[in-house]
Formats: sequence, structure tokens, C-alpha cells
Amino acid sequence: MASITLDHIAHAYPGAPGAAPHYALKPINHVWQQGRAYALLGPSGCGKTTLLNIISGLVIPSEGRLLFDATDVTRLSTEKRNIAQVFQFPVIYDTMTVAENLAFPLKNRGVEKNAIKRRVDEIADLLDLRPVLGRRARGLTADAKQKISLGRGLVRSDVSAVLFDEPLTVIDPALKWELRSKLKAVHQALDLLMIYVTHDQVEALTFADEVVVMKDGAVLQIGTPAELFERPAHSFVGYFIGSPGMNFLPATVAGREARVQGTVFDLGASYAAPANGAKVEIGFRPDYAMLHANGGIAVQMLKVEDLGRRRLGRFAIGGGEAIATLAADADLQPGDTAGLTIEPGHVHLFVDDLRVEGARA
Amino acid sequence: MMDKPWNNRAWLFVVPVLIIVLFSSLVPMMTVVNYSVQDTMGQNNFFWNGVAWFQGLLDPTTDIGGRFASALVRNLIFSIVILCLELPLGIAVALCIPKQGWKVGATLVLIALPLLIPWTVVGTIWQIFARQDIGLLGAALNAIGIHYNDTQDPTSAWATIVIMDVWHWTGMIALLSYAGLKAIPDAFYQAARIDGASRWSVFRNIELPKLQKVLVIAVLLRFMESFMIYTEPSVVTGGGPGEATSFLSLDLVKIALGQVDLGNAAAMSIVYYLITLTICYVFFTIMTQLDQRKGV
Repeated sequence: MASITLDHIAHAYPGAPGAAPHYALKPINHVWQQGRAYALLGPSGCGKTTLLNIISGLVIPSEGRLLFDATDVTRLSTEKRNIAQVFQFPVIYDTMTVAENLAFPLKNRGVEKNAIKRRVDEIADLLDLRPVLGRRARGLTADAKQKISLGRGLVRSDVSAVLFDEPLTVIDPALKWELRSKLKAVHQALDLLMIYVTHDQVEALTFADEVVVMKDGAVLQIGTPAELFERPAHSFVGYFIGSPGMNFLPATVAGREARVQGTVFDLGASYAAPANGAKVEIGFRPDYAMLHANGGIAVQMLKVEDLGRRRLGRFAIGGGEAIATLAADADLQPGDTAGLTIEPGHVHLFVDDLRVEGARA
Repeated sequence: MMDKPWNNRAWLFVVPVLIIVLFSSLVPMMTVVNYSVQDTMGQNNFFWNGVAWFQGLLDPTTDIGGRFASALVRNLIFSIVILCLELPLGIAVALCIPKQGWKVGATLVLIALPLLIPWTVVGTIWQIFARQDIGLLGAALNAIGIHYNDTQDPTSAWATIVIMDVWHWTGMIALLSYAGLKAIPDAFYQAARIDGASRWSVFRNIELPKLQKVLVIAVLLRFMESFMIYTEPSVVTGGGPGEATSFLSLDLVKIALGQVDLGNAAAMSIVYYLITLTICYVFFTIMTQLDQRKGV
């Protein structure tokens, strides 16, 4: 039923009069679809919480329109929008029991008593809160409290969206995994539009159908986890997604070949010559680059990291450094000369930080 | 054997404090205890009197007992009245304090102003304020036809003392509550808006519970201070008219220094002290239990 449309939404916090606006959030167009799970991913201060608060109505955007289906809600107050939000720190009402906490949003909206009871029981079952329903909420542990906050966000069945603002920050690492899979299950069970803010790529990639990568108030790419990994639209996405991130090396390009200080890389597609003075880089993921004892491009090994399941090698190339995966049979030590091979089609070209698509022929 | 390290040298550091407390509190108090079990015929000759003073004091049918009981009741009523006024008023003021900008500082300074005035000066201000001939309050009230005379009419005297105390101390409760309110994270208010809570519900379910500890401290401070109030009423009404505003400490001073009735005054001091101690203990217990109470 509900989709949320961001129509040229942008936000600048009021600054000195006459000064050029400093955008906390640069103009963005996007449609959030009912039943999907989205993650807003980016480093602290990138504007993801601002965007979330614009959707929930805690912040009124300085530009653009916000549509719930076809209704313009840009200036509507939070209470009048059909939105639920879960915050970074657990918010519980000390005076109430767990059940009363869960029922609170429904009670305030005049939902009928039996319906409240049924819904509260349903949510309590989803979040394993049933045993503590009758307890006072104030005495519970932080993760139980955050479950109550999550429950209060999920309890209304008529909401357009449920927004999560880094909800697992205060949760014990061991419990994070459990709560995250619980959320995922809840999402499947309730068929809600969920938007999840996080700076943790694992959280974003495991939770979301689509991830919105943000930096400095701008949206760099919106895509599925696989798209972000395979075809990052911006060098920051390549660097931010993946562990370790993408390697970038300054290069010059001619047709199908890229040169990094004399070393030639096969791009697997042909590219038009970039404009003069543009910053040209090639990027490749350590996951698709292999270091062998010999063969391929000769590089100088600098460091080997054993991660248990796989080994990563840092090596010098063309005046810079890059990381690749060590082949299982390669016994390489720092100082050795190794051979680098990259799977075809996994060397990307970035001009001024933006990925350029080549013509495959 | 105990493995815990015991180091008796710690006592050395406590000794200076103990000595000071001994001479400033313990010795004078023992003198009072001494007076409370003796009687004198003058000439500094004292003789053992047992618990007679206490018996008289705690028996409301005797002169002194009746006097003490009525002063105690009067004082309790006063404390309860000012708490009932100052607590809601202080919280209301705190809720109205601006959230940001230069107004915050200005408001806080204004609120704190009465707290910075010496108590005798507060008394003098109100004593003059209440005068029927030159006092702004007294003259104005009589001019508009309200009979007001704080030196002859007990109601006027009580009203003056109560309003003076509210004026003097509501600011403290407001400041304490304001600090408590500031400590509530924004997320609570945002969550309440999203949950569709009414303003009253926000106050009842978020602000008031978060203020609980601060308010217990405020009640304790205000109760103890009002239970021992002396300076302001002694300047404004002197305990009058008649005995109308004679609170415990005023009465005690009258008996001890006015009538030099040392036995009764000493017994009264000790009972007064024990009452104060008991109330303190009750408050302390409530506070620690609030801290520990989890769940259920």
C-alpha cells in the first residue's frame, strides 16, 4: 500500500543570513517501496540520521517534498504521519510494565482493547518478550529494553514505515547477531517498509534488500548488496564496502588498457579517453585479485596477513600499495616477488571518483 | 583468618575531624543532655531531676507539653503547606524555562536571585513589604478593601510567612527540576511524539519518573529547612500574633533564652533533634530504596 517518495529533498540547518547554504543533506530523489528493507549506510555525520528524521517528521526539510503514497506530508507533524521510529538508545516508559509499554502507541490512538491485547501478544512472541510482559520495564537489561523499543516501533500494523536509527549500538556484540536476524524475521513476517540507519556495513548488508550509501550529505549509490560490491558507482563505495575495501591506483587509460606507471592492466572493455586533467584511477577488489608464486604481473610483497580462512598480501605496485588474496598454494613472504592476476571484468575505471562503464566488445 | 588488608592507620586521618566534631557538636550536646536531666534553684546549683522534663514535655495536658505539641503541629502544617505549594510550582516553573538562547541564562539568574539573599534580609524585605502604612503589599491590599494585618491577624501572618517561603525557595526546586529535565535525552521526547503521547502523558510517563530522585532530594531539603525555620518568621512576625507563627525553633529560643527555662529547653532540644533525625532516616531509607528498586 504505502510507498515513500523523496522529491528533491534537501536540508540545510539555518546558518548566517546571506551565507550560501551548507547542506547537511544534499538534494535526493528516491522512492521507498512497501515491504522492502533499506539501509542508510555511511560514516558518522554523513546525513543519514537527518534523512531519517526528515522521513519521521522530527526535522522539516528546507527543500523538496516528501510524499507518502500520493499525499504530501512534508510539513505534517510527526504524530500525524504514520511512522514508527526506534532510536539508538532504548526509550522505555519507566512507570509502565513491558506490556503497557508495547500497548502505549496503540492506546494513544484509541485502538480497541482486545485488538491491543492481540497485537501486543503477537509482537511479544516475535521478540521473545512474552515471559517479561508483566514486569516493570525499568528493571530490565539494556538489550531487553531495546527489544521493547523495537516492539513499540513494530506494534502498529498501519504504519507507512518503521525507521531504525542505529538500534543495535548499545547491544552486546553476542546479542547483536540474534537481534538482527530477529529483525529480519520480523520484517518478513510483517511485510513493512523498514529503513535502517547504520555505519556498520555488515549490519547494512545483512539486513537490507537495498543499501543507500551516503557521504558528506550526498547519496553516492543505491543498490543491492551485490551491486555495491560488484559495481560500486563511486570510489568511496568501493572503499567503504568490503573488508578490506577496494584498491585504487592512479592510472592512464587507452582503449582496453590501463597503465599504472608502466604496468599494464587489462580492463576487459574499451573506454573513451578521459578528459584532460581528470583524476583517473583503476579499482579492483582484493577478493578478485590473486597473488601467486609466479606468473601474472610481477609485484613486490610487503606484508602477509593470515586471517585464518584466507591470507591477504599487501604489495607494492606502481609507486603505491594494494592488497590481494594469496593463492592457497603460494608460500610468499615479505620481500618476495609475486605474480598478480585479476579476474577479467573486475578491474573498474573511476574518473573523478565516479565509475565509468566501458564498452564491452 | 581474614585476608583482607586491615590498616588501622586510616584512623589517624579521621582523628582531626573527630576532635572538631567533638568540640563543636558533641560536647555542647552533652551539656544539653546534662541540663535535660537536672533542675536548678539558681546560684549554679544543679540537682538530678530524672526524666521529669521529658515527661512534662511529652504530655500535652501540661503547660509546656501543650505548648510543644501545638508548636510541633504548627510547624508540621507549615512544612506540608509550603511543600504542597513549592513542589508543583517549582516543577511548573522548571517546565516553562526556555530551552535555548540568552533567555535561559537570564531566567536562571532571575530564579536564583531569592536564593542568594541572606535570610535576615529576606525577613526584613517581607516585614517592610507587609506593613500597612508603607509596605507595598500591605498598603495595596488594604487599599483595595482586603483586611490584611500581619501583626494582629493570624491568617494574614500565616499567609505572609507562607508566601515569603514560597518566594524564597521555589527557585531552588525549579533549578533542581530544571537540571533533572535537562538530563532527559531528546530521544524520549521524540519517541513520545511518534507514539502519539499527549503532553500530560509525556509529563506523567517520562518527565515525572525521571525527576523522581531529584524531587526526593528537593523534598528532603525543603522539609528539613522548613522544619527548622527560624530567621525569617522571627524577623517578620516574631512568632506572633500571639503564638500563631511560633514554630518549634522560635519557641525553643523563647523558652531557652527568653525564659531561661533550661531544663524544659534542653528536653525540647533533644526531642526536636530526635524528630529531625528520624525524619532524615526515613528519607534516607526511601532514597536508597528508590535507587535499588528494580523491576517488579
